[in-house]
Amino acid sequence: MNKIPETHYLNAKKGIWSWLTTVDHKRIGILYLFSVMFFFFVGGMFALMLRLELLTPTEMYIDSDTYNQMFTLHGAIMIFLFIIPAIPAILGNFVLPIMIGAKDVAFPRLNLLSWYIYIVGALFAVFSLVSGGADTGWTFYTPYSTTTSTAVISIVLGAFILGFSSIFTGLNFIVTVHKLRSPGMTWFKMPLFVWGMYATALIQVLATPVLGITLVLLIIERLIGIGIFDPAMGGDPVLFQHFFWFYSHPAVYIMILPGMAIISELITAHSHKKIFGYKAVAYSSLGIAFASFIVWGHHMFTSGQSELAAMIFSFLTFFVAIPSGVKVFNWVATLYKSSISFSTPMLYTLSFLFLFSIGGLTGIFLGALPVDIHLHDTYFIVAHFHYVMVGGTVIAFLGGLHHWWPKMWGRMYNETLGKISCLLIFVGFNMTFFTQFIMGSQGMPRRYHLYVDAYRPFHAFSTYGSWVMAAGFFLMAYYLIHSLFKGKPAGNNPWGALTHEWSITSPPPEHNFEEIPITEHGPYDYDKIVAKSTLVEN
Amino acid sequence: MSHSQEGHPKFLQHHFSDVEQQRESAKLGMWVFLVTEILLFGGLFVFYAIYRAWYPDMFHNAHLALDVAMGTTNTIVLITSSVTIALGIRSIQLDRQKDTIWYLFATLLLAGTFMVIKYFEYMHKIHLGQLPGEWYHFDGIEGNNPHVFFSAYFLMTGLHGIHVLIGMGLITWLIFRTKAGHFSSKYYTHIEMTGLYWHLVDLIWIFLFPLFYLIG
Repeated sequence: MNKIPETHYLNAKKGIWSWLTTVDHKRIGILYLFSVMFFFFVGGMFALMLRLELLTPTEMYIDSDTYNQMFTLHGAIMIFLFIIPAIPAILGNFVLPIMIGAKDVAFPRLNLLSWYIYIVGALFAVFSLVSGGADTGWTFYTPYSTTTSTAVISIVLGAFILGFSSIFTGLNFIVTVHKLRSPGMTWFKMPLFVWGMYATALIQVLATPVLGITLVLLIIERLIGIGIFDPAMGGDPVLFQHFFWFYSHPAVYIMILPGMAIISELITAHSHKKIFGYKAVAYSSLGIAFASFIVWGHHMFTSGQSELAAMIFSFLTFFVAIPSGVKVFNWVATLYKSSISFSTPMLYTLSFLFLFSIGGLTGIFLGALPVDIHLHDTYFIVAHFHYVMVGGTVIAFLGGLHHWWPKMWGRMYNETLGKISCLLIFVGFNMTFFTQFIMGSQGMPRRYHLYVDAYRPFHAFSTYGSWVMAAGFFLMAYYLIHSLFKGKPAGNNPWGALTHEWSITSPPPEHNFEEIPITEHGPYDYDKIVAKSTLVEN
Repeated sequence: MSHSQEGHPKFLQHHFSDVEQQRESAKLGMWVFLVTEILLFGGLFVFYAIYRAWYPDMFHNAHLALDVAMGTTNTIVLITSSVTIALGIRSIQLDRQKDTIWYLFATLLLAGTFMVIKYFEYMHKIHLGQLPGEWYHFDGIEGNNPHVFFSAYFLMTGLHGIHVLIGMGLITWLIFRTKAGHFSSKYYTHIEMTGLYWHLVDLIWIFLFPLFYLIG
C-alpha cells in the first residue's frame, strides 16, 4: 500500500503567507495552476454563451455590441491569460527543474515575480471586462482599436504586462536548462519535454518584446494621437498588423510547442517504449521555433501587403509543416509494436494525434495563397485554430495535467471518470468544430452575430457539441477536486516512467532531491530498464 | 561536502552548487535580458526605418531642428560614463571598495548630466511646438508630415531616457550596497550586471545619435 510522505513541499511551510512569498518552483506552479484555471473557466463561460447565442440566426439574448465584446474577451482571455502561460508556467515550472535534476529554477525570485506580474496583468483585463469590455477582437487591429469607444487601453495594457510575465518565465527556463543540469544530464539525455520548453522559451524571449513595444505604440496612438498607424496623418495601419503578427505568429508556437513537448513524454511513458528518433524530435522543436519567425505575413494575405511578399510568405509557411510532420511521424512510430496502456493520459495523447493532424493539415490549406483568399475570415479559420489550440495544446495540457497530477498531489484521480471525461471532450470538440470547417468552406464569415438561415443546422449542431464538451470539463473538475481529498495515494511512480521526477516521492520534498541525482541512463531507455508502476501495489 | 565559510559563502543561494555556477547563470540571464531590450527598441528602429524611407526629404529637413552640439556633448558624456562604470568593476575586482564608490558616483553624475541636457533639448522643442502627432504646431519644416519625425524622436529618445533613469536608480542602489560592504572581489555580480546594462543603454544612444542628429 502506498503512503503519502509525512513532509513534502505542500506542507513543509504553512499558512497563506508562506504561499504568497514562496520561491519554490513547485509551489509557484500550483499558484499558476489555480489562477490560470480560473481564467480558463471565465473564457470557457464566454465561449458557451457565444455558442448559445449562435443557436439561432437572429438575436436570441444578447445584442450585437455585447456579442462583439464577448468574442473579444473570450479570445483575449484564452490567449493571454490561459493558453500562453498554461503549460510553461504550470507544468513547466513544476517538472522542468526536477527533470534536469535541479533544486529550483535559476532565478526563483524572478519566478515568483512573474506570477505577480501575471496577476497584475489579469487585473487590468478584469478591469476592462467590468468597465464595458473591448470589442476589437483579440488582435486589436488599427484603425478600429484607436477609434472605438470601448475599454481598449486597459486590456491592451493588461496584455503588455502579461508579456513580461511570459518573458521572465522564458528567461528563467533558458538559463536553468543551460546552467543547472545535474551531472550526467547532457543535452541529449534531457527529456523531450525540456527540449520543447527550451524552444518555447527562446520564442518567448525573442518575440514578446516586439509585442510589448507594439502595444505601447497602440496605447500612445490612442491616448495622444501620434499618427503612426493613422493614414490621415501619414501613418500606416498595416504596419500595426506586421508588428502584431511578428509576435503573434511565433506566439502560436509558444502555445503549441509545449503541447508537443508533453506528448513526447506521454507517448513513451504510457507505451513503455523508447521514443522513435529522439534527436529528430528534439531538433524539430528548434526548427519550429526558427520557422515561426519568418511566416507572419500569411495572416495578411488580404490586408494589402505586396503580392510578392504574400507569395514569399505563402512559400515559407509550408516549411513549418516539415518539423511538425517529423514529430507526428515519430510519435506514431513510437507507438508501433509498443505495449500501450490505455490510461487517461494516453487517451489524451491519441486524441492529440488525431486532432492536431487535422489542425495542422488545414493549416497547409490556409497557407496556400489562392485557397486562403477564399477561406480568409470564415469559420474555416476559426475551426483550424481551434483544432490546433484546443485539439492540440489544450488536449496535450489536459493529458499532461493527468500525467503529473499524482506527482503534484500524491494522489490518483478516478481513472474511469477520467476516461469518460476525455471521451466527452473529444466527441464534443469534434461536434463543435468540425461543423465549422464545413460552414466555413461554404462561406460563413467569422465574428458575425447574425447569419443567414442556410447555416442554421451547422450552427445548432456546433452549439450542441459545446454542451457535450462542457459536460466533459465539469466532470473533470469534479473528479480532480475530489481526488485532492479522497484520491488513493499514488506512490512515487504510478506510470512506471523513467524521468527523474518519478524517482522522488509524490508529492516531492521541498528541495526536490536529498542529493543531486546523477543521470546514468537516457530518459526513455525502456528497452534496458523496467520501472515498476507503483499503482500495481495498491 | 564541507560546509565551511569557504565552501558555502552567505551570498551563495541554496539551489546553486557553487559560486561559479551562480555567477555564470546571472551572466547568461542578463545577456538574454539585454536581447529582449534590443528587440524592444528594435520595433522602434523598424518604425524609424519605414518612415524615413517614405519621407526622406522631410526627415532631412526636420533633423535640422535638433541641436548637434548638445547631441555631441551627450554622446561624449555617455561614452565617458561607460568608461567610469567599467573602471568601477575593475576596482571591485581588485577589492578597492572606495575607488568603486567614486567611479559609480562619477557614472551617476554623468548620467545626470545627460538627463539635464536632454531636459533642455526637450523643453526647447515643447516651447516651439515641435511635438509628436496631433500636438505638432510648428511652421517652418518643409515636407510631408513632419510630426512623424518628432513622434519617432520623442518615442525613441524618451524610451532611452527612461532606461537612463532606471540605470541611475540601479547605480545609486549599488553605491549604498558597496558602502555597506556587500561586494568584494569574490562577489560583485550586481555591479557587473549593472555595467552590462549600462553599456547597452550607451550603445543604443550611439545608434540614436547619428540617426537623428546627423542625417546626411
